Amino acid sequence: MTSSGLALVEVTGVEKRFGTTRALRGVDVSLNAGQCLGLVGRNGAGKSTLVSILSGLSEPDAGSVRFGGAPAPRIGDIDRWREWIATVFQHSMIVPDLSVAENVFLGSTPRLVSWRELRARTRDIMREWGFDIAAQTPCRELSVEQLQIVEIARALARGAKCVLLDEPTAALERQAGLRLFERVRQLTAAGVAVLYISHHLEEVFEICQDVAVLRDGELVLTAPTASLSKDDLVAAMVGGVRHVQSAEPAEPAESGGSGESAGSGGSGQSGRSGESGPRGQSRSEELAAGGAEVLAVDDLAAQSAGGRVSGVSLRVHAGEVVGVTGLLSAGVATLGRAIAGAEPYAAGEVRMNGRRVPSGRRDLAQRAGIGYIPEDRRAEGFVAGLAVAENATMTIARQLSGPFGLLRPGRRAAAAAPLTSRLYLVSSGPGQPAGELSGGNQQKVTVARTLAHRPSLIVAITPTRGVDVASKELLLSSLADVAASGACVLLCTDELPDLAICDRVIVLVRGEVFTEFGPPPFDRDELIVATEGLSGTTYSAAHATAQEAAE
Amino acid sequence: MTSNQSPEAPVGAAVLSAGEQTPPSASRGAIGSWLATANVGVLREVALLPVLVLLIIVGTVVSPAFLTVSNFAGIGQQSSALGVVVVGESLILLIGGMDLSLESTFGLAPMVAAWLIVPVSAYGAGTDLSPYLGILVLIAVGAAVGLVNGLLIVKGRLNGFIVTLGMTIVLAGLQNGIVKAQTLFNLPQPFAYLGSASFGQLPVSLVVTAIIFILVGLFLRYHRTGRAIYAVGGNPAAARAAGIKVERIKIGVYIAGSILAAIGGLMEAGRVSAVTGQQGYQEGIIFSVFAAAVIGGVSLKGGRGNMIGAASGVILLGIVQDILDLANVSNYWIEAINGAVILFALVLARIVGGESTAEER
Repeated sequence: MTSSGLALVEVTGVEKRFGTTRALRGVDVSLNAGQCLGLVGRNGAGKSTLVSILSGLSEPDAGSVRFGGAPAPRIGDIDRWREWIATVFQHSMIVPDLSVAENVFLGSTPRLVSWRELRARTRDIMREWGFDIAAQTPCRELSVEQLQIVEIARALARGAKCVLLDEPTAALERQAGLRLFERVRQLTAAGVAVLYISHHLEEVFEICQDVAVLRDGELVLTAPTASLSKDDLVAAMVGGVRHVQSAEPAEPAESGGSGESAGSGGSGQSGRSGESGPRGQSRSEELAAGGAEVLAVDDLAAQSAGGRVSGVSLRVHAGEVVGVTGLLSAGVATLGRAIAGAEPYAAGEVRMNGRRVPSGRRDLAQRAGIGYIPEDRRAEGFVAGLAVAENATMTIARQLSGPFGLLRPGRRAAAAAPLTSRLYLVSSGPGQPAGELSGGNQQKVTVARTLAHRPSLIVAITPTRGVDVASKELLLSSLADVAASGACVLLCTDELPDLAICDRVIVLVRGEVFTEFGPPPFDRDELIVATEGLSGTTYSAAHATAQEAAE
Repeated sequence: MTSNQSPEAPVGAAVLSAGEQTPPSASRGAIGSWLATANVGVLREVALLPVLVLLIIVGTVVSPAFLTVSNFAGIGQQSSALGVVVVGESLILLIGGMDLSLESTFGLAPMVAAWLIVPVSAYGAGTDLSPYLGILVLIAVGAAVGLVNGLLIVKGRLNGFIVTLGMTIVLAGLQNGIVKAQTLFNLPQPFAYLGSASFGQLPVSLVVTAIIFILVGLFLRYHRTGRAIYAVGGNPAAARAAGIKVERIKIGVYIAGSILAAIGGLMEAGRVSAVTGQQGYQEGIIFSVFAAAVIGGVSLKGGRGNMIGAASGVILLGIVQDILDLANVSNYWIEAINGAVILFALVLARIVGGESTAEER
């Protein structure tokens, strides 16, 4: 890093703890005028915590933040904080009903508003930076890219000397992303410091002079990008093999026989995959014998809050567990929702056993045999006020009801009993409201509801999120059982260990199929590299040789 | 609840096998906590009982005429029409909606029917429709209003409050417009029968209303669609994810609610032997309708409430009204006192029943 003069932003020894989790452990970062520093790290590495500290939204437990050599303003003094550093968050902080000018000066409008002056000052900023958006346009009419420009203009209007861009290209088209890089270069050329946070390493190489890598709350690498290869960067993000293994939760005793997987899957693959590896292989042999095609997706395009997908085609056969993974914004959840009928799709086709499933009709998708375990169980997984048994049998109310549609509670409880016992669902009885259960048991209610209607395909979206270790194993094995009994599973998740139950894994990058892995076991590092949109062969080959050498 | 025994075994097994999980309920013991939840349920359903007892004591003290069969028959007859509308509104509240226009449907549906039935000399339309066909027309008017409301709210994604508020005014205007603000008397007996006839001392309207409460209550408890109504109101996204046709159920409930309001209007017309321009909207019955439902524990947020509660809400309001009448409260003050008593009852129901009617928790 350049050592001329005082650093614009200097973070020293910052620590942050949430309960027992140490989100940041003594992180040092410094940023000079005109510098563009990339900040990378996997999910949970501490990036968001650092962003929140740098944005003045939360206070570090230890360490200091200094601006231009002086201590940073106190937390909550947002106005003074913004004079130094302004953050363009991943989620838009624009009020859609206000005009561009009002949004640019949001929070810093004078007590008496002179509309003429507000617009004139907005025009000046736009002209100075070569942006082309009229000051009086209502923001709801703007594109995502233009909204981002308004946010950057807001940062510049405060005279911020440093701009923090959090995943700025997540919602942008490729061309818009390229234009953004142009703007970033323009900012740095004018002496503004930029902290660029991204999951996409190629972007970091494109516009950042330096890069800092966070892993498990520690700053493991800070170096000029020119001195690094992508493989170096990935290695720093993923970390050493032993380190990753120790970060994994302790495995149950049955992984004792995992010795056979130590050679190939050993890098980062913990005992869980070793245990399921042989099973997966025998299953894929069965598949070679020929499982009938159950789900066919062709050229699917859809958009939702969970990201955008376009031109996705895939096949799932009877008896198969297919994983879909990718970064948060890659459209993994959107793909699952669109296939399950929970979200309309804009183009393409979804067919179950050869028959077309209409867009956005969850009821028809269910009738076609698609079970759905939603991503957010509180929002979609169960009705809190209704009893466990009723929630678990909600999908089969029609089958359970007698003449005139009458439903006997006893029959419902009897139908729910095998499901709840199979999943070891702990409740005080079938009559307990689902809202009173613990998180893991609520998730079991959702899974029970899905298993109840005997779907020929289950679309599960991050089914183990927020679930304790024991329940996690149970939910995953119940999904694997479904496949073993001849149905199939589409597991959409960003939790890589969960993919161990899959026969194949499809990796989405920016809403498109990037690559496919299979059969298991899957190399964790290769998966990570692929989700970043990099072809992982060079890295993993080098990594494997290094590992062999070490052993 | 009767078959609580069968899943007992898996629960026990789960506690043994999944040792790390300690949900709060497991420690209490399965049966004990079942009793606790069951008791809460029973308590909630009879929450208004002490209030009703208190009111009956007050009524007895206020007037010797209160605790008589004929007085209670009168309360029953007067409350029946309101009660049927409360059933309709409760259904709509259960799916998480609201319908202000039920009060106008309550007036317009019998007005249209009577207008088609009575002769021109009595301000009729001149069609001299059979009273039986008139009742069908009344139900059709209710269904049509409900369908329009349902389509606008569910398919058109308009706000239910403003749609039904607008509908209220439109319907009330039609009610006066078609008969030029006249009152229609001389309703033929088949049309007036429901509201005016009685078996001995027992009004037919009271019997019919009681049957409607019981049937709807059983429907909500034991019918597939009734259960789906709770699921839709409790969590529409979860209901949709479970394959329930959320939109169809919502529209159906709006239609059912409006038909019930029309039937309530038929009872009211029979009771007073006329259809006036005031019936419904200008009487302002919607406040009493919402009050009865909410006092009875039907949640304004949807998904919670039952017909036992709704019925006790109606009975409570009926007794309050009767006591005010018997106490000879001055006509100038009766509205203010009536409103105050309902507000007081809402506060009381909040304390006893525990249901919050606040916007956000």
